[in-house]
Amino acid sequence: MSRRRKLPCASSFSRYPVAPVSWIMSSRRKSPRSGHEADKYSVLLPTYNERENLPLIVWLLVKYFGESGFDYEIIVIDDGSPDGTLEVAQQLQRIYGEEKIVLRPRAQKLGLGTAYIHGIKHASGNFIFIMDADLSHHPKFIPEFIRIQREGDFDVVSGTRYRGDGGVYGWDLKRKLISRGANFLTQVLLRPGASDLTGSFRLYKRDVLEKLVERCVSKGYVFQMEMIVRARQLHYTIGEVPISFVDRVYGESKLGGNEIVSFVKGLLTLFATT
Amino acid sequence: MTKLVEWLVGVSVVLVAWAVVSFDLLELSLPDTYREVAWPMPLYLLVSFGCYSLATVGYRVATFNDCEEAAKELQEQIKEAKEDLRKRGLKI
Repeated sequence: MSRRRKLPCASSFSRYPVAPVSWIMSSRRKSPRSGHEADKYSVLLPTYNERENLPLIVWLLVKYFGESGFDYEIIVIDDGSPDGTLEVAQQLQRIYGEEKIVLRPRAQKLGLGTAYIHGIKHASGNFIFIMDADLSHHPKFIPEFIRIQREGDFDVVSGTRYRGDGGVYGWDLKRKLISRGANFLTQVLLRPGASDLTGSFRLYKRDVLEKLVERCVSKGYVFQMEMIVRARQLHYTIGEVPISFVDRVYGESKLGGNEIVSFVKGLLTLFATT
Repeated sequence: MTKLVEWLVGVSVVLVAWAVVSFDLLELSLPDTYREVAWPMPLYLLVSFGCYSLATVGYRVATFNDCEEAAKELQEQIKEAKEDLRKRGLKI
């Protein structure tokens, strides 16, 4: 049996011409260049014990935003990490400046939803990126997110591991099976109009994020799912960008029975209430 | 309408149609072939859906992209980043 040749993963050099946008849009609208000069992108980085990864993710963000020329700021929301993440963040602030690195720490681990609310309050951008600080999400996709958002004037742009040349590194067969199985179940039950519901690399218009976070009540994986489901309910438009997800943590943190149970509970709750 | 309600409505409609045809509830006196075909339909549909699900998930797992280049690129960029940050005065 011949080995199926897989597509190379999403890279900053690959152009997927027909790609994600055509799945979502039926007609291309040329957005006028004027009106974009004032765009500023705030990147929310909730951190907990990311002392080693924080400098690296910040360096990558500065690199790709710098090269692209877009105006940006990085808001680090540290939840009282015992490993000194905040101290590293302060060093980064000295290196890159207080305009670019904004620190809004909290005293203890309080959860993602409230971290976003806290971050939005101090954000000066009109667009907000949310992403993981552990290097599983790569800033090289940021220009692509912005390009797709402008093309379709999307309210939300979601990174997807499941479509186009999106993909994952570091997962064994079992993990892939669980991931695809869970996603299939979610698609059947919720018909959400987005291919990757549990992904957390997204670009939102600021007011859209504010409205959505207000309405979402779940935690963890399910919170990210609920955001997309609520976005559909409120008739927001959703674009997609294939991304590569490099999981360096999977070896240490297995996906346990507990997480699967809480995922299913959350999914059923969304099924019954939205 | 929640997704749950949508499903319940959809399933009810299908079940009612099936019952009407299979058990001749409205005394339509349909030809026997209709009843013979309709009677096992729910089971057929379930089994078909089961096969479709297995095939779809199986296909998607088999074609799940492995981002080898992305991982390598990340490793290199990590090295570059550490060097650059050290030059700029970051102390870990």
